This record gives sequence, structure tokens and C-alpha cells, in this order.
Amino acid sequence: MMGLFYMLVFPGFIFLSVFGMAAEYCDRKLYARLQNRVGPPWFQPLADFIKLVSKEEIIPEEANPSMFKIMPVLALTATITAFFYIPAWGYKALYSFNGDLIVVLYLLTIPTLTFFLGGWYSTSLYSKIGAVRALTQLFAYEVPLLMSILAPALLANSWSLSEIAKFYAQHPVYWFFNLLGFAISMISLLGKLEKVPFDIPEAETEIVGGTFTEYGGKLLGLFRLGIDIEAIVGSALLAAVFLPFGLGLPPVAGFLLFVLKVMGVICTLSILRTIFARLRIDQMMAFCWKVLAPLAFVQLFIDLILKWIPLK
Amino acid sequence: MHKVVIPIGPQHPALKEPESFSVTLSGEKIMKFSARLGYNHRGIEKACEERTYVQDVYLTERICGICSHSHSTCFTQAVEEIAKVDVPKRALYIRTLVGELERIHSHLLWLGVAGHEVGFDTLLMYTWRDREVVMDILAMLTGNRVNYGINMIGGVRRDVSAEQAKAILKAMDTLEERTKYYIQVATQETTLIQRLSGVGILSHKDALKLGAVGPTARASGVNRDVRRDDPYAAYSEVKFKVITDDHNDVYGRTLVRMGELLESYSIIRQIVKKMPEGPIITKVPRKIPAGEATSRYEAPRGEDMHYVKANGTEKPERVKVRAPTLANIQTVAKMLEDRQLADLPIVIAAIDPCFSCTDRLTGIRQTGKRKKNVLKWEELHTYSITFYKEHGIDFTDLNKKMAKALK
Amino acid sequence: MIRPGKMLKQVLDSIFRKPATTNYPFTKAVMPDKFRGKIIFHPEKCIGCKMCMRDCPAGAIQIRKIGDKKFECEIDLGKCIYCAQCVDSCLKKALETTKEFELAALERNKLKVTYHADTGEVSKE
Repeated sequence: MMGLFYMLVFPGFIFLSVFGMAAEYCDRKLYARLQNRVGPPWFQPLADFIKLVSKEEIIPEEANPSMFKIMPVLALTATITAFFYIPAWGYKALYSFNGDLIVVLYLLTIPTLTFFLGGWYSTSLYSKIGAVRALTQLFAYEVPLLMSILAPALLANSWSLSEIAKFYAQHPVYWFFNLLGFAISMISLLGKLEKVPFDIPEAETEIVGGTFTEYGGKLLGLFRLGIDIEAIVGSALLAAVFLPFGLGLPPVAGFLLFVLKVMGVICTLSILRTIFARLRIDQMMAFCWKVLAPLAFVQLFIDLILKWIPLK
Repeated sequence: MHKVVIPIGPQHPALKEPESFSVTLSGEKIMKFSARLGYNHRGIEKACEERTYVQDVYLTERICGICSHSHSTCFTQAVEEIAKVDVPKRALYIRTLVGELERIHSHLLWLGVAGHEVGFDTLLMYTWRDREVVMDILAMLTGNRVNYGINMIGGVRRDVSAEQAKAILKAMDTLEERTKYYIQVATQETTLIQRLSGVGILSHKDALKLGAVGPTARASGVNRDVRRDDPYAAYSEVKFKVITDDHNDVYGRTLVRMGELLESYSIIRQIVKKMPEGPIITKVPRKIPAGEATSRYEAPRGEDMHYVKANGTEKPERVKVRAPTLANIQTVAKMLEDRQLADLPIVIAAIDPCFSCTDRLTGIRQTGKRKKNVLKWEELHTYSITFYKEHGIDFTDLNKKMAKALK
Repeated sequence: MIRPGKMLKQVLDSIFRKPATTNYPFTKAVMPDKFRGKIIFHPEKCIGCKMCMRDCPAGAIQIRKIGDKKFECEIDLGKCIYCAQCVDSCLKKALETTKEFELAALERNKLKVTYHADTGEVSKE
């Protein structure tokens, strides 16, 4: 019974949906304010969701209906599942075991795969090009993201997110040595969430809507909700690994601090997406492999050296 | 991935007007590009023949939403030439003033659109915000933000007061500061440069060969500007530089447009300072004597050309419009050779296309003697050579010279 | 010199500035003086020369004689292109521009405005 409550209400589906929409509102409002515009009212993400859900569902004749329908649901479930393994407040996540870091990263890859499959099975030309771009992009940002998150884990000598958080809370000095990794994973997260400058798979001026061209109604609503929650989970992951301070606080204060940390990451992402132009896919590949990946290696080396020569 | 043909348009987010392009892709690479015009044909030339000259001024103004003043000035100039009207000096100055203000708003608009095409929406928001300054000036001067309706055959309809002149000068200072900032952004922002530079290369030779006009040609080093080469309105009395660039790519076109903005500010300052006193309009009879005239105008997008034939009545017998986009659209296929799909929107946007100005219809009638209905390109070519030879004009030497120059 | 994120300073400044956009239908837009908006007709000045009808590029004006030296004017706001040529053409200044520009209507016949010599402005039903 408690499990069902965790899954559906808190910290599961309902909590994450509300938090995701709040984060989307913050992102959009900040984006607008940075561009000297007024921006949407607070209920805009909810209004958009309700509008999409109440619209009719159109499935292209040539598309594979079951695959077309199942993909948004899969994206949503994968992101919600990933959240259970992230220590949100306190030292311990809801469920935790040694190796949950890999599971979280794996679960966060699933949305991209569903974008690919959803785009591919909708058989539209724009969707197909978007799908291929999404997959190509996956290979570019996933490696630096993995390596930059791996480095703190190496230093903490654990594959469990809760253990990593605990380690850094006990040794706050090490936190400063992971700042490079934080920056790298932030940029990679932009790629994961498909935001400017890495919104190549859904570049509207090039391929209309990319993967989501054929999607509409409920299914698009679910996809958008999935992306919102993915942003939350990704930011929470970064917050857990790179910002592990104030974990010993009492529940309510700890929860507020967690929300603040996630919003901080989300707002930084908004600022980043405001000041850049969209890159081309080849430029994005070159940037990720030639700049981000070597930098992630540097981060790995820093942590390895620290492991051999511990700070006193 | 195997080769796919994807349609860009007639309805597509990258295009502001309906026009159809079809792109053959191999993966991300563009193998073949073809454009199909004609989705916006409105029959304006024919409509001009049905209306009086006064009405035509407003009709030609609506050929284009952005360079509306260009078209109406071009038309009135042609009519004034036929009617041999002396347009008052002050009217010419006001025409130049509005023309340059229009150039400013068009180029700022273009910069925003270019930003949007490469996914840099922040640039779009800021340039369009600053464009409001010049839009407000235009609304104050002419009574509307677009379709200014300031031209009339024989002069202009509204005068510029002293306070308005002051407001214009003040706006120019703000805009100059902002433009300098955008030049910095365009030349320093890494992601923007990566998307613009080296994209859509049009060599000097190709620009000449394909007959590019305006900023597209000037960014390929073609030093050509109607304002200097064939001065109209008050351009012979102001000093300005023709901005050229030898980057040959979209980046160069951006720099040319930004440079032209700075020149426009200086032109407007000179115009406001030098503006002579006097009447703004002379009375022109409704019936224009028979005759024909061609008039050229440097619109923000390039050289605009109007041909008017009058037959002594209130209505023109023939009006022909060659909008700048028609000259530039040929270059897009060349620019997109070996480029990626991602470059397509910005390359099309870089010529600052205005498709509704471009679309014309050519009807070919059977003349009786000829059996074939339609002439093929080669036949048309030989026909034109023989036609001109019969009329005593020989282009053989000129053709050879052109071929030599292009080599 | 190449600098990534050149606009960063500008965008961060904007947070503390008032938005450049306005909440339009709720905040009214102000038009400049001499704005070419809706055309109004003064029946008492009209002499029925019909120069406005002749010059109107859109054929939006109809002047009708309804009595001795009395004229009524019908302007089709859907056809009117707001060039104000009729105002220039009118010899007696019977036509005038206003600043009014929110003229949309849900029915086509509501766009036809008749200025009657005796009763004033009437929208045709």
C-alpha cells in the first residue's frame, strides 16, 4: 500500500508532475524575462497540458499504432522510476542499492530512445530525420555526461548515489574539485533535454518538429510531461552528485533546500539556452567529442589523483 | 540512410510565406535542391492596368509588406518621368528619408529572422524590440507602421515638422548604439559565427553570373548600388559608402546589412539637416501622356525595377515589376551545393526573400505562324538574338566580352 | 575576438528591467497623431462630387444622394485599406481620419458603416 502511495502520489507521479510543471513555468518565465518579454502566467504549463489532453488523438495511417502509443508512456515511466533512486533530501534515497547510479543513468537514456522509436514509427520524413538526429546526439552527449558523473563516484568509492551524497557531505572540501565535472554535466544535460544549443532533433525551422511532428493530443501531452520530469530528474541527479550540502536538515527544511537546488540547476539551464544559437549536428558531435570528452577525462584524472593523495 | 526527398514548404516554420522547395537528402547532406515559385501570385500587374494612376500608387505599395515604400517610389518615379513632372526638392528629401527608415526596419527585421532560423531566439527578441523605435518613427511620420502611403504622383502627402525631425535624430542615436552592439554580437558570439560563416558560399563570379542584387551581391564583392550608380530622389546630394564584403557567405551578408544600417543613420542625419523648405507636392494631371519609362530603386533587398507604359488615359497600359528576390532566388541552389539540411533555412533567409513580391505569371499565346505553343529555352535564346539582329542590334561582341569578364 | 555567450550581460540586465512588450488587449495601444484609422464622414460638408469614390483604390466608399443637397456615405471597413486618399481627395474636407483601429467584427455586414445625413453613424444590420 505504501509502495503504491510512493509511486502515484509522493514522490511519484503526482508530485513529479506538479514539480515538473512548476519547473517548466520557471524556465519559460525566466526565458521570457531574459528576452525582455512579459512571459506566461503561472498556470500556463497546466493549461497547455489540459488543452493537449482534451484534444483528439491522430495517429498517422502508416504508423505502427501500438509503438506510436506506447512510447510516451514509456518515456514518462522511465523518468519517474529514475527519481526513486536519487537522494532528494536526507542522505538516503527512497530505494537504494550499490550500483543505482548506473541504473539512474540508464533510465535517463530511455526517454531519448523513445523519442527515436516514436519518431521512427510515425514514418513521417521530418520525424525520421529528427529520430536519427536524436540518436546521433545521444552518442555525443552521453559519454561526457557519464564520465563527469563517474569521476565523483570514483572518489567516493561507491556506485550508490546515497553513498556518494553521504561521502561529499562528510568531506565538503572535495566538492571544489568537482566543479569542472559539474559544468560538463550541465552542458551534457542541455543535450539530453534537447534545449538550445542542442535542440537539433526538434529544430523547428529545419525539420518542423522533429520527432514530435506527428504527435498530438494526449500522446504529445504525455511526452511533454515526460520531458518536464526528465528535466527535474536530471537536475536532481546533478544536485545529488555535485551539490551535496545541507543534507542533515529536518524534513521540511531539507525538502525546501532540495527544491531550491533543482530550481537553481533549471534556471542555469534556462540562461544557457538563452545565450546560444543552435549548433549543427556535426558541430555538436565535434564539440562533445573534442572538447567535452577530454575535459571529462581531466576531471577523472583529478579525482584519481585525489584518491591516491587524500586531502588531510 | 537512403536518399529521401523532403518538401520544405509551401507550409513550413522556416518560411514566412508560402513557397515550395524540394530537397533531396542523403543523410543530412543536400544532394539536390529545387524551388517552385508561384504560390503567391496575385495578379498585381494586371490589376494595375485596371486602375487609375492614383490608385496604382497604393496598389504597388502593397506588392511587398516590408519594402512597400520602395515599390511605390519606383512606380511614381516611372510615372513622373513619363509625365515630365518636376518633383519639389523637399518631396524628394522626404522620400529618401522614408526610404532609409524603411531600410533600417527591414535590415533589423532580417537580423532577427536570421537569428530565429539558427535557433537564436534571443537575438530575434532584442532586434525586434529595437526595431520598434524605427517603426514608431515611421508611424509618426506617415500615419501607419507599414504601407506608409506617403507617396503621390508629383510629390509626397505629408510634411516633416521640426519636432518630428528632432525625434528622428534622437531615434538615430539610440539605434546607432544598438546596431554597434549587434555588430559586436554578430562578430563575437561563437555559436552564431559557427552557424553563419562558411555557409551559403556564393563566389564573386557566380554572383555576377546569376545576376544577384543587393546585399547578397555586395557580400560577394560586387560593388553595385543603384543609389550611387543611378541616383534617384535625393541620393545625389548625400554622402555615403557602398558597403561590400568579400566573405561571400551568410556571415558576409550579415556584415553588409549591419554596415548599411550605420550608413543609413548617417544618410538620415544628412537628410534632416539639409532638407530644403518649399512645397511638397505639385499638381499632376490625371491623364498621363503616352510614353514609357523604366525606373530603378535600391530596395533593402536589392535592385527593384518598374516599367510603366502610358497611353494617354487615366490608366497605365502596362506595368511590369521585377522584385529583387526574383534576381536572388537563382543563387540559393548554388549556395546550397554540398551543404547540410540544417543550413537550408538560414541560406534561404540570407537572401531576405520576399516571395509574394516575386511571383509573376507569364502567359504565352500562340501567334499563329508558329506551330509550337511554347518556346524552349534554346529557341527563345536564338529567337531573341535574331530579333535584335533584325532590329539592328548585335550582341555578339558584348556576349564575348561578358564571357571573358566572367572568366 | 571570439567570445561565447556574448549576450549574457545583456540578458541578465533584462531581468531587472521592465518588459518591452505590453499586455495588449488589456493595456490599450496608443496611436500617433494623424494616424490613418477609421474614416468618418461629415454629411453637412459633402457636396456630392464623388471624387473620393473615384480615387478609392479599394472601392470601399459609396456616396448616395438621399435628398436635396443631402448625401449619405457608406464605408466598407472590410474593403478599406486605410490609405486616406479619400481624405486628400475631398475638396470640402467632409472625410476625416481617426485614431480608431480596432475595427474587427464577426459578421461581414457589420463592417459596413453608413453615415446618414439625418441620423448620423449607423452600422448596417
